[in-house]
Amino acid sequence: MEALKQELKEKIINILNLEDITPEDVNDNDPLFGDGLGLDSIDALELIVMLDKDYGIKLADPKEGKAIFQSIETMAAYISEKRTK
Amino acid sequence: MANTYYISAYCSIQSGQIMLNGEEYFSAEGADFADFAKQAYKHGETDYPKFFKMDGLSKLSFLASDLLLKGRQPDGENNTALLFANASSSLDTDVKYNDSISDKENYFPSPAVFVYTLPNICMGEISIKHKLYTENSFFIFEAFNPEFFANYAAILLDTNKAENVLCGWVEFFKNDYKAFMYLVSKEGATEHTTKNIQTLYLS
Amino acid sequence: MSLKNVYITHTNCITPLGFDVAGNVQAVAGGVTGISHQQDSNLLPEAFYASVIDTAALNTAFAKLSQAEHTRLEKMMLLALQPVIAASGVALNNRTVLILSTTKGNITALKSNEPLPDGAYLQGLAKNVANFFGFATEPIVVSNACVSSIMAVSVAKRLVQSGLYDNVFIIGGDEVSEFVVSGFNSFKAMSPVPCKPYSANREGVTLGEAAAAALVTINNQNAKAVIVGDSSINDANHISGPSRTGEGLYRSIGSALQEAGVTASQIDYISAHGTATPFNDEMEAIAFNRHNLENVPVNSFKGYYGHTLGASGLLETVIGLESMAQGKVFASLGYDEPGVSQPINVVSKNKDREINYMLKTASGFGGCNTAVVFQKIK
Repeated sequence: MEALKQELKEKIINILNLEDITPEDVNDNDPLFGDGLGLDSIDALELIVMLDKDYGIKLADPKEGKAIFQSIETMAAYISEKRTK
Repeated sequence: MANTYYISAYCSIQSGQIMLNGEEYFSAEGADFADFAKQAYKHGETDYPKFFKMDGLSKLSFLASDLLLKGRQPDGENNTALLFANASSSLDTDVKYNDSISDKENYFPSPAVFVYTLPNICMGEISIKHKLYTENSFFIFEAFNPEFFANYAAILLDTNKAENVLCGWVEFFKNDYKAFMYLVSKEGATEHTTKNIQTLYLS
Repeated sequence: MSLKNVYITHTNCITPLGFDVAGNVQAVAGGVTGISHQQDSNLLPEAFYASVIDTAALNTAFAKLSQAEHTRLEKMMLLALQPVIAASGVALNNRTVLILSTTKGNITALKSNEPLPDGAYLQGLAKNVANFFGFATEPIVVSNACVSSIMAVSVAKRLVQSGLYDNVFIIGGDEVSEFVVSGFNSFKAMSPVPCKPYSANREGVTLGEAAAAALVTINNQNAKAVIVGDSSINDANHISGPSRTGEGLYRSIGSALQEAGVTASQIDYISAHGTATPFNDEMEAIAFNRHNLENVPVNSFKGYYGHTLGASGLLETVIGLESMAQGKVFASLGYDEPGVSQPINVVSKNKDREINYMLKTASGFGGCNTAVVFQKIK
């Protein structure tokens, strides 16, 4: 699980072009949207693509993303349960 | 043109060099655009992390506009219209997006790329940064068209649709880029004429 | 300074509902939609809805006009524009210009691995259209996302009013391509059913394709309306999401009304954007309410044509002007239950309505908005 969390931090920084942020700056329970990393609606859509591409998880309803993408912790828990690759 | 207007400031970005009002502001010659843009952004000391999410056309436009708009009138009260044009529209990002859908075995269309497949997005980025609730329009010409720019900027000012017009030629395709931006205002040193615009463009 | 009146005179459109204005109006009045179920893995891996022009019918119609080689989009545009130029009798001299407006132009050219043809560039596309008719001046291209062709109307009016040209022919066109279908799908914006603008049951956009053409001119002969006010103001909020306060649309309408010298209470009909995404329709309702336009009959033509992107603003103006001429507003197809938080008067069935002033609005990615006020010729 720790390895997955580290991997997610690196991926998010890379995919969403978060300049000057390192994985060490992101705490597992920090909110990703709003006041936390300041991600927005396009970032959320990009994370949905990442779930599909890297973990074989297809979200039927994009609204599900809100709960999944709360933090690194919630993402890692969801991915480890649902991943198909 | 019914009234006389002035070019109050201008800048250009090409080949790793930024010129502001005729003087070198920054250069990083030899760097590719992504690297050059990052260095120029750091040099400008504008704190705006969204910059790194932009495509090439928006980064180029953002850098040029920031030089001319930074520190001007209070945000939200500045009626500066955006009048932009280029030759290649958003083709640079269009090609990137198209690559992401061309391989059916590896088909993952990216919303973050798709959103930049419109040339006017760069004006949206600038409007957001500088809170410009103002007239925006994006045109495509084969080459820089000083006559159209001069005429249309004058129309916006003559009809009180704007108090200033930020004119921008922002061309970006396959690492070949050029931005030329100038601010048309009711006061300034250089008269706003087609000839003067052309001279500054070529300088 | 007394400004010259600028008129919109001749119009035409090429859509799945017909290849002339009369056929389109008849279909719209009859509640016919161009939207149908699509199963074409060249466009999207899964099935979807779209409003698509029959290619065989298009080719047949074009063959009567010319044997020249043209892309599908160019054929749509040439067929739309040809009758407008012919009927107007306007000379294509240095007082006349073409404005071509599109969101994605010949984007399908990227699919081949060949070097990009000239027509892949928007000016190349415009030259292909302009040279077909023999325009003497360099075409102007407006590419401003989904407001492109209604912005072109505004630009045309300004160019004529300032005396730069006497006549501006406008062509707006966009195609349903793999490029845009996959992109809207990646935005999770595609409706699983034909779109339902302003409805509580709306689930997103249905894409469409069309070309629309018009003449904007100094000459009042055959005028359908005077273009009395127009504005295109940015939201300054987000590059894809509409403003929660409708700021740019609100200001665009305000500027257009002020220029027209009319109050909101004088507007008889709004041809709105109504893409049927949750946020767009909500944003429009807010902007209209901020101007006290909530009681004015409003419709979206997206239920008939889908969202034809850059072509939509002019296409919907062309149909709206027929509403004005006939004194009739058409039902906003797909509308059932109210689905926006602020009250608006969505037209639920065709009804008679005297229209002296029509407001046309559109909004798009990049935070762009356009509003244009048309006044009926007395």
